[in-house]
Amino acid sequence: MAECRFPFAKYPIVTLAHGAGGRFTQQLIDDIFSAALPHAQVRHDGALVELTDRSGTVVMSTDSYVVKPLFFPGGDIASLAVTGTCNDLAMCGAQPKALSCGWIIEEGFPTRKLYDLARSMAAAAVEVGADVVTGDTKVVEKQHGDGVYLNVTGIGMPRFASHPDRIRAGAAVLLSGDVGRHGCAILTQREDLQLQEPILSDCAHLWPQVQRLQPLAASVHCLRDLTRGGLATALAELSEASATAIVIDRERVPVSDAVASVCELFGLDPLYVANEGRMVVICEDGAEEMVRAAMGADAVCIGRVESGRGVVANSAFGGSQVLDRLSGEQLPRIC
Amino acid sequence: MKYLEEFRDPALARVVLQRIERELTGPRVLMEVCGGQTHSIIRHGIDQLLPQGIELIHGPGCPVCVTPIACIDEAVALAETPGMILATFADMLRVPGSDSDLLAARARGADVRSLYSPLDAVRLAQENPRSQVIFFAVGFETTAPANALSVLQAESAGLDNFSLLVSQVMVPPAIEAIATAADNRVQAFLAAGHVCTVMGYWQYEHLTARLGTPIVITGFEPLDLLLGIEAAVAQLEKGQARVDNQYARCVTRDGNREAQALMDQVFAASLQQWRGLGDLAASGLRLREGYARFDARRRFSPRPATTETRSDCRAGEVLTGRIKPDQCPHFGGRCTPDSPLGATMVSAEGACAAYYRYRPLAQAHHG
Repeated sequence: MAECRFPFAKYPIVTLAHGAGGRFTQQLIDDIFSAALPHAQVRHDGALVELTDRSGTVVMSTDSYVVKPLFFPGGDIASLAVTGTCNDLAMCGAQPKALSCGWIIEEGFPTRKLYDLARSMAAAAVEVGADVVTGDTKVVEKQHGDGVYLNVTGIGMPRFASHPDRIRAGAAVLLSGDVGRHGCAILTQREDLQLQEPILSDCAHLWPQVQRLQPLAASVHCLRDLTRGGLATALAELSEASATAIVIDRERVPVSDAVASVCELFGLDPLYVANEGRMVVICEDGAEEMVRAAMGADAVCIGRVESGRGVVANSAFGGSQVLDRLSGEQLPRIC
Repeated sequence: MKYLEEFRDPALARVVLQRIERELTGPRVLMEVCGGQTHSIIRHGIDQLLPQGIELIHGPGCPVCVTPIACIDEAVALAETPGMILATFADMLRVPGSDSDLLAARARGADVRSLYSPLDAVRLAQENPRSQVIFFAVGFETTAPANALSVLQAESAGLDNFSLLVSQVMVPPAIEAIATAADNRVQAFLAAGHVCTVMGYWQYEHLTARLGTPIVITGFEPLDLLLGIEAAVAQLEKGQARVDNQYARCVTRDGNREAQALMDQVFAASLQQWRGLGDLAASGLRLREGYARFDARRRFSPRPATTETRSDCRAGEVLTGRIKPDQCPHFGGRCTPDSPLGATMVSAEGACAAYYRYRPLAQAHHG
């Protein structure tokens, strides 16, 4: 990405004309998207994706992104959209290969920012070795969107099996790093909370870690990335899908001091705060050490799978908490 | 986090628990007044660690939970009036009124915002001069000073599109009502530390003298609570009744005099309806005459379509300690955080929500 001259200076904002499908639309695609994303230069209704793998199956996943603010410490909506969809593929044990992008742009959105987002999307795709092969833009009237909404669909090549059906009692529950960064990064930005050092979103690709697990594939039961509902919701989903119980020690879940402080301040439980670059790996008891080593230095074992139902977090104090799915949004307390 | 981690040390907790056990000679009934304390007690399992003889009754100190349904209905009615922006603290949004909550009103098109501070509502009024911004001012003495300050800021900014829908409550009248009820079982109160950070505890000295009941100013961390319980038990064992300040790292006898002066300048004590406790004299706040134009009730006379108490919800009995949340027949069945019958299941500080989240067995029995 050496090229950073902004090619669209004559139109400082996106207008409805840019969404009308005519000459202005073509200019928007040429000058912004083609400049950032090489495949956008291909003028066709779809893309041919060459798959080198002959296994006959691909993994496909889609997600839509509506984050506010669009730019946040540690990322933006475009990097988030690419990593989010690629992480969903990675959680199915698949290596991300090809992506599509659907942009819904609010009339009046600065074209300079749109270009920044397109470049950010390109960089995030390059980082994981995937191509953005096709895309679409729509422009909606002012106040009918929040700047930019994005949909990213991806296909990936399955490298190993990961499914909740594989989860068995006795398995170890590993977590790839500290939790709550993304939610707190967004929250502090939205509330304009001035911290000594800003909390950066954990927004990152999980495929590199998943790839390192490939040699241990037989011991890995299931992978699950942590997203909106945080660690607690991810565990609740896994427990439900696998008809097992998951028991964790609250104190073993890493939470940075900054995230812990922000959560105290706003009355939030870090176990329910959003993440965009963390995963849980459920693996066979005997393989725990090897899997943890492959996941990286920040990975920790936080608990076990047991027979039964539901998720329970034990505290060192002697209390235990049922980790249910988040009911609606997590609402900050009054006092 | 300094001053937090030290108060969550399990080893120190065991020491205090042993001291309580040694001191205790018979059954004792204590009430923790504040919902934040209830939450901490249940989350850390403190009630299960205490000696058998100590029963904790969960008090009415959750502002969301004691806000009367009629107030929620007023807020919904105002929010649904065209041209109005209703702003409030986030945990008010899901509290059920007679037939709607504020989140549902928002989904129907009402402009409902959740804010962290009433001062943000003043800014909202400045940014939206053609809308009326109403801040739903709910809370104990902890939120009252900032709400008072928002009125003063709106006044000095010359705003005529900012007002408060006030539903403020105060702790001492609630303690008095509980202690003097005919069927009261509470022998000592753990008063809410953060309320006393603002108000001090000089008011509580009068209260203790009148009631003959020990009051211990108590914090929110597990060790704070255990030290508060220890102090209450010690007084009861010696037959004493005074105010102990176990939250001295935050609370002084005088409290925050500036905050109290702000409250006093803008608000006057008034009759207030509490969910569960009924009407209590001088237990709420209303805007003084000089600030009447910032009173949403006076300016807009909200008229909710219907107001009726949900007869199925037994929050009133929970809030007065007559039943434990899991003794309610609807707990975990018809009433869950997803479909709450009452506010005590909505708020993070509500006793029912605390039991639901932290009591695996209780849920299994009812689920």
